Amino acid sequence: MLELIVISTLNGVLFGMLLFLLSSGLTVIFSMMGVLNFAHASFYMLGAFFGYQLTRWIGFWPALVIAPLLVGAIGMAVERYGLRNTHKHGHVAELLLTFGLAFAIEEIVSMIWGKSPMDYRVPQALDFSAFTIFSTNYPAYKMFMLAVSVLIFIALLIVLKRTRVGLIVQAALTHPSMVAHLGHNVGRVFMLVFGVGCALAGVAGVIAGPALVTQSDMAGLLGPILFVVIVFGGLGSLPGAFIASLVIGLVQTFAVALNGSLASLFGPLDPSFNATVLADIWNVTIAQIAPILPYVLLVLILIFRPMGLMGARET
Amino acid sequence: MRKLIVAATAALTITMLGGTSYAQDTLKIGYIDPLSGGGASIGEGGLKTFQYLADEINAKGGILGHKVEIVPLDNKVNPQESLVQAQKAIDAGIHYITQGNGSSVAAALEDFVTKHNTRNPGKEVLYFNYAAVDPALTNDKCSFWHFRWDAGSDIKMEALTNYMKGVPSIKKVYLINQDYSFGQSVRADARKMLAAKRPDVQIVGDELHPLLKITDFSPYIAKIKASGADSVVTGNWGQDIALLLKAAADAGLKVNWYTYYAGGAGGPTAIKQTGLDHQVFQITEGIPNGGYQPAMDFEKAFRAKVNMSLWYPRAVNEMRMFKAAAEKAKSIDPVKVAQALEGMKFEVLDGGEGFMRKDDHQFFQPIYISSFGTLKSNEPFDEEKTGWGWHPVAKIDTQQTIVPTTCKMKRP
Amino acid sequence: MSDTATSARDLPVPARGQSLRFYGIWVIAAIVLIVLPLLFSSGSSLTSFSLIGIAIIFALSYNILLGQTGLLSFGHAVYYGLGGFAAIHVMNAVTAYDWPIPLPFIPLVGGLGGLCFAAVIGWVMTKRAGTVFAMISLGIGELVASSSLILRSVFGGESGITTDRTALPHMFGWSFGPQIQVYYLIAAWVMISAIAMYALTRTPLGRISNAVRDNPERVEFIGYDPHVVRYLASCFAGLFAGVAGGLTAINFEIANSAYLGAVQSGLVLFATFIGGTSYFFGPILGAILVTYLQLGLTNLTTVWQLYFGIIFIGIVMFAPGGIAGLLMMHRPLVRSGTLGMVIPSYLLALVPTLVLVCGVILGIETIAHYTESQGQGNVIALFGIPFDATAASTWIIAAVMIVGGYAVARITWRRIVDAWDRATTDARDRGHLA
Repeated sequence: MLELIVISTLNGVLFGMLLFLLSSGLTVIFSMMGVLNFAHASFYMLGAFFGYQLTRWIGFWPALVIAPLLVGAIGMAVERYGLRNTHKHGHVAELLLTFGLAFAIEEIVSMIWGKSPMDYRVPQALDFSAFTIFSTNYPAYKMFMLAVSVLIFIALLIVLKRTRVGLIVQAALTHPSMVAHLGHNVGRVFMLVFGVGCALAGVAGVIAGPALVTQSDMAGLLGPILFVVIVFGGLGSLPGAFIASLVIGLVQTFAVALNGSLASLFGPLDPSFNATVLADIWNVTIAQIAPILPYVLLVLILIFRPMGLMGARET
Repeated sequence: MRKLIVAATAALTITMLGGTSYAQDTLKIGYIDPLSGGGASIGEGGLKTFQYLADEINAKGGILGHKVEIVPLDNKVNPQESLVQAQKAIDAGIHYITQGNGSSVAAALEDFVTKHNTRNPGKEVLYFNYAAVDPALTNDKCSFWHFRWDAGSDIKMEALTNYMKGVPSIKKVYLINQDYSFGQSVRADARKMLAAKRPDVQIVGDELHPLLKITDFSPYIAKIKASGADSVVTGNWGQDIALLLKAAADAGLKVNWYTYYAGGAGGPTAIKQTGLDHQVFQITEGIPNGGYQPAMDFEKAFRAKVNMSLWYPRAVNEMRMFKAAAEKAKSIDPVKVAQALEGMKFEVLDGGEGFMRKDDHQFFQPIYISSFGTLKSNEPFDEEKTGWGWHPVAKIDTQQTIVPTTCKMKRP
Repeated sequence: MSDTATSARDLPVPARGQSLRFYGIWVIAAIVLIVLPLLFSSGSSLTSFSLIGIAIIFALSYNILLGQTGLLSFGHAVYYGLGGFAAIHVMNAVTAYDWPIPLPFIPLVGGLGGLCFAAVIGWVMTKRAGTVFAMISLGIGELVASSSLILRSVFGGESGITTDRTALPHMFGWSFGPQIQVYYLIAAWVMISAIAMYALTRTPLGRISNAVRDNPERVEFIGYDPHVVRYLASCFAGLFAGVAGGLTAINFEIANSAYLGAVQSGLVLFATFIGGTSYFFGPILGAILVTYLQLGLTNLTTVWQLYFGIIFIGIVMFAPGGIAGLLMMHRPLVRSGTLGMVIPSYLLALVPTLVLVCGVILGIETIAHYTESQGQGNVIALFGIPFDATAASTWIIAAVMIVGGYAVARITWRRIVDAWDRATTDARDRGHLA
């Protein structure tokens, strides 16, 4: 029992940090610009594919730096030539633009790299097991992912809350004309913020690519869960996203570890109920419903606390 | 205004249909499988295989003098879309359709074809299934118009358990499957058949997880590890098998993996990455390194031409047997071909005799267990340029794979 | 969605001549629906028309939320799918217990299914508008789609539940086996639903929904609860989405979990937005176009999804009012008779723009073919002309068409803007533009 708890906690934290790595960029863009970027997972995918390609050409470590920069540049271009023109039509139009973008990016990626999974491997330097607990190995690469997530969290917090740049960026959202009068180029600020958000997705892609499957449908598989994370944590709240990632990671992991169902709790159902809805509900195990638990959490929190865990505002 | 739009739509429809008028003397086979989106890599592989086989038949004069043409139709693994495509195929004068990916699609198509043939006598359509393995297709839902060349999942399990019967080192088995009809039938058959053939084997875990939704399998691996299993049986495919094996290798789990689809697109790459040398087994109806010369020659020619390994030896059996049945019936009329196929015996690509059972239109053939890893000197074929390949472990004869059926077939 | 406010504007009580024209449109629509299959009787076109009809109802129902009440939903397919399942189960029950319900009434059952779910879940969903509503709808969409795979006895797992539409009691001697009969059934329901939904926009509820979309606070001040209004709107949207789902169930004789999924929700959003949310007929255009593209593009190209994305981005960026918005921009010009001033510049711009579009298509197809075929079977046939995907000449032609087309097109686009300005100024002078 202790073994399962310890290992599940570890796995949950690791998975949660991966989620945070993915959703940090999304929440930065939202908190700064109010744009819900549907194409975020697509930028993450671009990061993974650029990372894969650059790793083949120049090695993993340079790729870890260059690929996010490339993704960030593409993000800035999207902001400059797409979102900025759409801004006047409101947030729904912006959201829909990124929605269309997600479609296009997926197809472009599969045009260039094909539809099969890439052979994207963990770099040699990190390909060993960091420690063994209850005879289960924990690879160093996962620890590396954990460290990067925490690092990004702290760096973002410091930049946004403690530096001049962060203040200007935050002011640009609420008082754009005032900031412009102070001599800052508001358009450029937004472009940079969007670029940074996308670059964060790119980092996540480069790092998660070898750990997960690098394939042209990877964006679609992760997209919805990212929204759950940032909405659950409170739209635009970085600490909220951090906590939400951990909560969702732990909930999912522990749910998998449990075998309980109503049948195991109260005994098997009377056979006369076989092949009814009741039987379906009675016999389903917690492990089976683990992946839909985040959505249950999402709906519950939106009903009872629409601003999310740490959010300041509702919309 | 609306009239204009409707007129334009209509005009476009004409142009759309204009492209589908073919010469009468070709024998067209509608290939309905994903050609765009997530499943496209698999669908394209199948398409190339069938086109290669059509070329092979055409080079030898076609079927009864008719040139064979494969008409690709993209269904995006969506049952509704498949029905639209099937309708399109029928309108283009196609009487044979083949499909493989997705049991849900297969069930929808089987139902559609059966209804279509009852409602449109004289315009019958046959449905050749080359990869959808849900046992229901040849049991409860069976249809006279459906023929399956892949072994149903129950047949594969029968073969696998017949192999396991002779391997005493298997003591504790863990089942992990995707939570949908196929995964559930794998799990149910494994339980039933192991209990009958190896009552001493303990089933230490029985897991169902949602289909293609899991990104991190380490919690499942932790459970497998805690259970003390020595073998895992899984029907997982796609990323569910790749991520499962990756997580297992990361955690240092040492078990043998008995799989249905570890050899699917991307699977070999994933196994090579994990370094699980000869620990991953697969159940198939044929393997590249089987040692049977005609099959090895075919594999070599196939790889040289289409630059991929032969995923579907059953497609070869399907097309060759179709030709043989048409020649036996001396007609390409679907009803006559169907009658000729019933009960037909056929020498399969990998050697040995198979037969199309009349009761449920299921093809029975020898099944192979193979393991993936470093190759021996007489094994020339690797997979996905990994340098590793499939090594034959056991062959289960046709007679050892026969399972009963509940099919009550309605014949025209 | 500030630009959607226009629809509420022009609604004086129709004069006699106008009302004649108004009924005329519906009569013409009905005649078109009746005549269409006589002109195009092949199975494929019947299938296409049936699907387009269903898509029209579905998109119109979505516009009750998006266009009229300002609610962006990512889970509209839930109502559609549940309506479909309700219809399938009732059809099977009718067959099993010999109930005297003929097939033409089954879509109503679907509608009730959609309505019930909307009535139950809508109350909590519509508590808030905006992003919160969008996210709740996304969550509920995922939740219902995933649950449908667990609740096998109701949803039949991923293979779904099948039925036989011909086994129901016949009506007017029709068995509804042949597609043509199903088409007419769908056409009838398209007319009924479209008229009903149009009438809905004219009721006080329809009007107050527009007000809730534009300014919920003021609505509260005048004594209406925006929450109740949003709830009622979502119930009606659920009802008609359910009708569409019921018709789909009849058309395919199968309902499965794909009906409920995100793809279906995304498609209806596409159709509605591309068509234009500000006008009642916008979603109809969008539904026709998107269904047609979906059926036609997949035959022509494997990268249809890319074209879909590009079209969508283009509409969002350059024509946020959708196709209907673009068309209706010309109404004042038509009325004032100044349309002739812009048409020459349109025709002039058409040529380089077409060159540009063809260049882009050639470029995309060449790249797609080049990467997919990996060096064999390089020849692609585009517009009936064969191109070699590996030949440098093809790439150069594409590049020249794109760059040259764009350079020339830009000049002609500017001319359009100038002509447009002149035409609208004239129209304003003649008193046809506010």
